[in-house]
Amino acid sequence: MAVLKVHGGVLSTATQRVLACLHEKQLEYELVRVDMAAGDHKKEPFLSLNPFGKVPAFEDGDLKLFESRAITQYLVYTYPEKGTELIYQDPKKMATIGVWMEVEAHHFDPVASKLVWELFFKPMFGMAVDSAVVTEYEAKLSQVLDVYESRLGQSKYLGGDCFSLADLHHLPCMQYLMGTPVKELFYARVHVAAWCNDLLARPAWNKVMELKNQA
Amino acid sequence: MALKLHGESISTCTSRPMFCLHEKGVDFELVPVNLMVGEHKQPPYLATKNPFGQIPAFEDGDLTLFESRAISRYIATKYKAQGTDLLRQDNLKEFGLVEVWLEVESQAFNPPISAIVYQISISPMLGGTTNDQVVEANVEKLAKVLDIYEERLSKSKYLAGDFFSLADLHHIPYTHYFMKTPKASLITSRPHVKAWWDSISSRPAIKKVTAGMNFA
Repeated sequence: MAVLKVHGGVLSTATQRVLACLHEKQLEYELVRVDMAAGDHKKEPFLSLNPFGKVPAFEDGDLKLFESRAITQYLVYTYPEKGTELIYQDPKKMATIGVWMEVEAHHFDPVASKLVWELFFKPMFGMAVDSAVVTEYEAKLSQVLDVYESRLGQSKYLGGDCFSLADLHHLPCMQYLMGTPVKELFYARVHVAAWCNDLLARPAWNKVMELKNQA
Repeated sequence: MALKLHGESISTCTSRPMFCLHEKGVDFELVPVNLMVGEHKQPPYLATKNPFGQIPAFEDGDLTLFESRAISRYIATKYKAQGTDLLRQDNLKEFGLVEVWLEVESQAFNPPISAIVYQISISPMLGGTTNDQVVEANVEKLAKVLDIYEERLSKSKYLAGDFFSLADLHHIPYTHYFMKTPKASLITSRPHVKAWWDSISSRPAIKKVTAGMNFA
């Protein structure tokens, strides 16, 4: 098997999404750190891996991919026998995972990542937090989490009885938000809280956090 | 039992799985949802079809799905063996590239193009106005995305390779309406993007659906 390479940064939510999948699948990989402070992701040679200039990029032999959710899907279909399955082979069961992967991408992430930017990255960069934006996006996140509360009252995980890619994709933003006042929005909802605790305790995720904390 | 797609044929998101159903040659029933009376925001729809109060929703027997891209992906997977091979799952390299460009549509292309179409075509239809600042800001974003598409399509006939795939298909709904706006030159001024658009929009299965997609 060719060496799997991830080009990215350990603080990047999108890079962490791919690393979480690799650790769940127990796949060996090489992390090629991209110096984002120096803007290396906006220059060659990185642009040849991802013309959109965003981390992560990924290599499996001579196959080059980008977009974290494309990389995770590629990994789960290419290495089904390794580690946690993360998908169902049955099309109907897999379809429900597919729905909640789209929900994460279109309903959760746009709102959660905005809050991560305001409440984690801006302070880290010494930039002022826009409290009006935080208030607006907390309200939006509350509406999304109300739907999640109802769903998780009927189903242990978003896609069904088993932990899947649909849950995994939430981890990076979820973890960052747990270090901010926004964590109260998750913990105010019983089923969402239980789901978060379950996900955040996963050994594979904790390995990703160890990498991040070593940086 | 028939497949049921709940939505409206003029809706961009409802059309997305419709294109897929036609490419696969699969019969289905389009069940109208009365948007004017807010049927999609009422408790029965929220409880049984889509908790986010949006169209489309989809039923295959006891399976109910929502999110247009999840519905089309399910159709492409379930009916893998018939019609056009849209996901290329038998070739993992091709499949990987289809996944990349599916995500590019979802993350990079959709936000600016849907904002432009909403401001120019949909908002006035609903009695609102066009916010020119929002239009121009999104035109700038879309132009940068299309520059990358132009480069990609100069090397590859379709986005994921030399084969039409679900990644190309997902672009059709908003681009169809975008081409009716004064901003269509963003597409027509880029020769490879224009050729790609002309090719995918003229597919017989695609034309069956776009024939019914007119806001006026």
